[in-house]
Formats: sequence, C-alpha cells, structure tokens
Amino acid sequence: MITVALHHGFIFLPKLWLIPLLPFAGFLINGILGARLPKWVVTAVGLIAPAWSFGLVAIAAVTVITQGPRVLPMAEDLGSWISAGSLHVDFRFVLDQLSLTMLLIVTGVGFLIHVYSVGYMHSEKGYWRYFAYLNLFLFFMTLLVLAGNVLLMFVGWEGVGLASYLLIGFWYQKTTAADAGRKAFVVNRIGDFGFLIGIFLLLGNFGSLDFADIAAKLAMNPGWAGGILTTICICLLIGAAGKSAQLPLYVWLPDAMEGPTPVSALIHAATMVTAGVYMIARTHFLFDRSPAAMTVVAIVGAATAIFAATIGLVQTDIKRVLAYSTISQLGYMFLGCGVAAYSAAIFHLMTHAFFKALLFLAAGSVIHGLGGEQDLRRMGGLWKKMPVTFWTMTAAVLAIAGFFPFAGFFSKDAILYAAFLSGTNGKIFWAVGLFTALLTSFYMFRLWYLAFLGKPRSPEVHAHESGWSMLVPLVILGILSVCGGWIGAGRMGAWLAPSVGAHTVEAANNNLEIYLSVIAVAVAALGWLIAHLLYREGSKRAEQLASTFSAPYRLLLHKYWVDELYSKAIVKPLLAISRFVLEWIVEYAILGGLAWLLSGSAVFGGAVLQRWQSGNLRSYAAWLAAGAAVLLVFALAPYFLGAYGINVKWAGW
Amino acid sequence: MIPISWYLLLSATLFCLGMVGFLIKRNVITVFMSIELMLNGVNLSFVTFAHMWHKVNGQIFVFFVMVVAAAEAAVGLAIIIAIFRARGTLAVDRIDLMKL
Repeated sequence: MITVALHHGFIFLPKLWLIPLLPFAGFLINGILGARLPKWVVTAVGLIAPAWSFGLVAIAAVTVITQGPRVLPMAEDLGSWISAGSLHVDFRFVLDQLSLTMLLIVTGVGFLIHVYSVGYMHSEKGYWRYFAYLNLFLFFMTLLVLAGNVLLMFVGWEGVGLASYLLIGFWYQKTTAADAGRKAFVVNRIGDFGFLIGIFLLLGNFGSLDFADIAAKLAMNPGWAGGILTTICICLLIGAAGKSAQLPLYVWLPDAMEGPTPVSALIHAATMVTAGVYMIARTHFLFDRSPAAMTVVAIVGAATAIFAATIGLVQTDIKRVLAYSTISQLGYMFLGCGVAAYSAAIFHLMTHAFFKALLFLAAGSVIHGLGGEQDLRRMGGLWKKMPVTFWTMTAAVLAIAGFFPFAGFFSKDAILYAAFLSGTNGKIFWAVGLFTALLTSFYMFRLWYLAFLGKPRSPEVHAHESGWSMLVPLVILGILSVCGGWIGAGRMGAWLAPSVGAHTVEAANNNLEIYLSVIAVAVAALGWLIAHLLYREGSKRAEQLASTFSAPYRLLLHKYWVDELYSKAIVKPLLAISRFVLEWIVEYAILGGLAWLLSGSAVFGGAVLQRWQSGNLRSYAAWLAAGAAVLLVFALAPYFLGAYGINVKWAGW
Repeated sequence: MIPISWYLLLSATLFCLGMVGFLIKRNVITVFMSIELMLNGVNLSFVTFAHMWHKVNGQIFVFFVMVVAAAEAAVGLAIIIAIFRARGTLAVDRIDLMKL
C-alpha cells in the first residue's frame, strides 16, 4: 500500500522506502550469516547496500534538478503505525530539499567510508560484524533523515545511537572502548530524555507529530510565539545537544574515538553527530517562533565552538584533536541555527562532512600506516612516505581552517556573516566565531606540522602508504573538500529555502561580506603563522610556551577537568544513590524481602502440608471422616443453635 | 409403632461402628467388613426415609448399593488374595510400596 503523492504527473522518483531498507537488508544478511560467509561476500553485501541507496538518492537528486524543485516535497505513506484515540502516527517518509541534501551526504560519504573500511578493517576478526553495524547505522540514519514525523525521527535517532554504541565498543575486549560505548549511550540518553519531553509537549499542544501538520498549525496562528513553544524548543535543543555533542553533553564524543577510525569519520564526524543540527533545521518553524530559544541555541553553539577549540589546542592524540575540532565545528552549525541561518548551518554541515570525514580518514591512514600509533608526538616527517594521505590531508586542513577557495571558507563565512548581521548579540557571536576560527586554524596546522612535516620522531616505525581502497575515498573527499563550497551560500540558501525558509539577510552593502571574508581568511592565516612559529622543524617555542603558561596549559590538557567534575558531581553521587538506596534498600530489602517472604511462605506451607500426605491409608480415611464430621456439624449447627434462639445464617439457611 | 428416630440411631450406630473399625483395624479383611458395615448403616437410613416419605426412591438406592457392594466384595476379595500371595501379609500398614 504505497501512495506516492506527487504534485505533477509522471516524474520518476525512486521509492523512498528502499533507501533505508537496502542497508537494513545488508545488515540482516551480514549480521545473521556474516560469520559463515566468505569475506568477499561480506564485502560485496556491505558495499552494495550503501552504493544502491546512494544511487537511488542520486537518481532522485538528478530528477529534482532536471524537473525543477516543483516535484518536492514528496511524501510517501507506508501505512499507519499508531492509531489510538486522537493519536495518529504514520510511516511517512518525506523527501524535500533538506532531507535530499542530508541523504546525499549520508549515503555518499557513507559509501566512501564503507569502501575505505574494506582496506582499514581487512585484518579484523569481526569484519562481518563491523559491516553489519555500519549498514545498520545507515539504515537508522536514512530513516532519521526521511522521517515525516517526530516519532519516526526518534526511532532513527535512537537507532543511530545504538549503532554508535555498538561501533564505539567494536573492540569490546578493550575496557576503554566498552566504557566509551557505555558513556556515549548514557550521555545520549540524557539528551534523548529532553527530546522525548519535547515530543510529548508537541503532541499535547498540537495533537499531531507530523512535521507538516505542526508547521500548518503554526502557520494558522501567526501570533503564537514564545511560551510553551520556548519550552518545546529548549527540550528539543537538549536532545540535539546530546546527539550533536554540544555543551554540556559533549563529553561522550572525545571518548567515542575508541572506535575504529572509519567509524569516527562516518558517525562521529560526518553524519550522526550532525543529526541535532538537522533536527533543529527540520523543526525550524518552532524555533522561529521562539527568539529566546534561538538565543539559547546560538549561545550554546558559540560557547561550544570556542570551548572545544581551546581543548583541541593541546591534545596529543591525533583523533582527539579531530574530535574536539568536530565538537567545535558542530558549535558553528548550532550558532548558524541560532541566528536563523539554517541554510548556512546545513551548508557547513555538508562541507564539514566532506573535510572532517577526510581528516579522520587521513588520520586513519596515518594510524594504519604507523601500525596503530595515535600520538602526534611520535609522528612526523610522514609527507614523503604517505604522499596521497599528506596532500588530501592538506586540502582538508586548508578547508577546515577556512582558506579561500576551499569548502570550509564558504560555509564558515556564511555562518559568521549571518551571525554578524543578527541583532545586538550578533557582533559577540561573530567575534567568538572568528576567534574560534583562529584557534581552529592553529590546532589544525599544529596537527599538520606534527604529523607530516619535520623529521620522523619514532624512526623504528616504518610508515607505509595505505592501499587503494583507502586512498580512493581520500582523493574523492579531497576533491569535495576543495570544490564542495563552490556552490556558494547564496545558491545553497535558495535551494533550501522551501524546506527551512528564506532567512538570508540582505546585506546593507555587499562590501561588508567581502570585508568579513578578508578578516576571516586573515585570521586563518594568522593561525597558520602561529602554528608555523611554534611547530616548524626544530622550534622549541611550543615547550617554552607550555612551561611559561603552565597553569592554563594544564587546564587545557586536562580538558578543564570537566570529566572529573562530572564524575564527582553527578556520576559518583548517582552511583552512591544507586548502591545504597536502589540496590540495598529497594532491591535487597523491599524487593528481595518480598520475594523471600512469598517463597518462604510457600516453602513453609509445603513443609507443613506435606505431612498430610503420609501415604498411610488409615490416616487419609481419618481425615476424610473428620472432614465429613465437620461438614455435618456445619450443616446441623443452625438447627441445634436455633433451638437455643441463636440464629446462624450460614450454608444458605 | 417404633419411632423413626430409633431406626436412624441404629443406622448411625452401625455407620460409626463401621468407621471406627475401618480406622483402627489393621487386617484388610476386617477393614473390608467395616466398609460393608458402613454401607449397611447407610442402607438402613435409606430404607427408613423411604418408609417415612412413602417413596420408593430410597429403596431403589439400596438395591444399587447392594449391587455395588457385591461387585466390590468380589473384586476386593480378589485383590486381597493377590496381595496376600504377593506380600504374605494382610496388615494395611505394611502394604505401603507406593509410599515415598
């Protein structure tokens, strides 16, 4: 029962339900049979599923481009899911400009990372398990993106959390990996709690969970703003902050680096962590009605951007630098959402997916080439040994630092420009964003210098370039990191306008945008210059600086002691409460006592009653006789007692 | 005319005698005879009430009871002989192979 609602006649768009279903089929095949299948079959299944999905999305994109955007939004109803009283939730997939853009990123980058994984994971014992999980992730992610209502989105939302948990803990024999997986799951649950409350509030206030319905109801009440909408938006923001690793729920993402590097690239950089940004853009009609919530979003985004960037300055694990950089860039996207520049945020989401996936994959290539070494201090001089990795990494570094004409320049510039023009706080947001850009440029070039330039610091390791299955995705993503931004913020805004509204602020004069761009590039160059001075070959200035400012240095090195603070303030008390109240009082005393009482009385009753079953014929007969005598007394008592004037009303008399 | 209650008292006495015999005697044959005694006690009260209400239902019941008792006697005595052959005793307390 599939009804495809099209605005106009015969236009070929693929069946939307196939897009999530193909990776799910891949997951089922590899998950159930993978251990018994030969490796090439596992690889084929694992690659065909995302490739096919990407093909379908690409067909849809081509159709939309050739036919014009009038074919969108396209909704596909796959029947009713929940129908209880006034609550109706359908299996509804919606393809519009926003979800199409997101799908292209998810399936496209996802496919490339699948290809890369073939090389990266080739000697893993759990090869089939890895691909099953990866396909499962794509299933839930595409479900999340295509969902036409909040509840279906929530299913995908939880599902990607599950896939993330499984993949972070992929090497579950390692305690740190298993712990990191649990941490990610638990922290995400806190965010999901907010999201759930938001869903309930939406249901209570709109009576529907369908995005289109809610938007329509809001459109009918143009005066409705603030109040409960602010509450709903803050709840949704909590959910988004959990998934997208924003303050104060960002702590799981750095630990998530325990997973395999392609997983970090796909889930913890390019796609899943951007789900929060996507969700805010998807529900922008709510946020648009609540200036207070928008300000909170912008503040959270800006604060996260600068906070994570400062931590990234001093980290020595190559993947952790990238993790903090991811958090920081996600902060940019939130800042973009917070100043109503949704299209700029999605634009940055897209370019970030390209260059951050590339950064992670290149880092993975380095780690792979060095036989598992992740410490920047033990790298160096790799550019000669890993030329492809080096050059693609350079493109990505230039892109994230925001150099013209690399991809990051355009999207970051769009966000900063929108922030600059937004209200009274806008200049502050812009300044914070600009300073973050300086920090970003600095720590990325620091990584670049430490890993690739200078002399090899651990000569005993023989670095080698990775195989073609890892290099091809690197090169493709490298090209995208260079060219991905050329589409331009203006065209991106116009393309996304039907989905997220036209929020592009017209500049008072066009020169302002150019001035701001020049400042941004100058700041990026300054970051490079500082990194060059501190980390070029033979420079001792970094160590000197660290010893001069040892207190701030240690503060950053220990990540502001946030993990320790959370541990002391939240985790430990919670564990103590769990142990004493829940475990001992509730579990042992109340529940255990109750169970003991029930079973004890049964045992005791059994011990007493079993004496009855003596097996002695005459004792049975005696009990029978006694019973009969009791019945007789019972039946005759009213007569005898009645004779003495006592009226007994039993046995029906 | 002898009052009804005398018959009933005799019936109850017979039944109680049979019951006591059933409970205290060990020999299976005595136990068996006690059962017969109880049945006859009941038969007597059936006949008494049939006479009292001028209905034959009670007397028909008595015939049924007698038929069942005769069949029971035949089967029961056969079982008793079989038990005696197998176990060499007729004491009910000793016939306890089914006990746990």
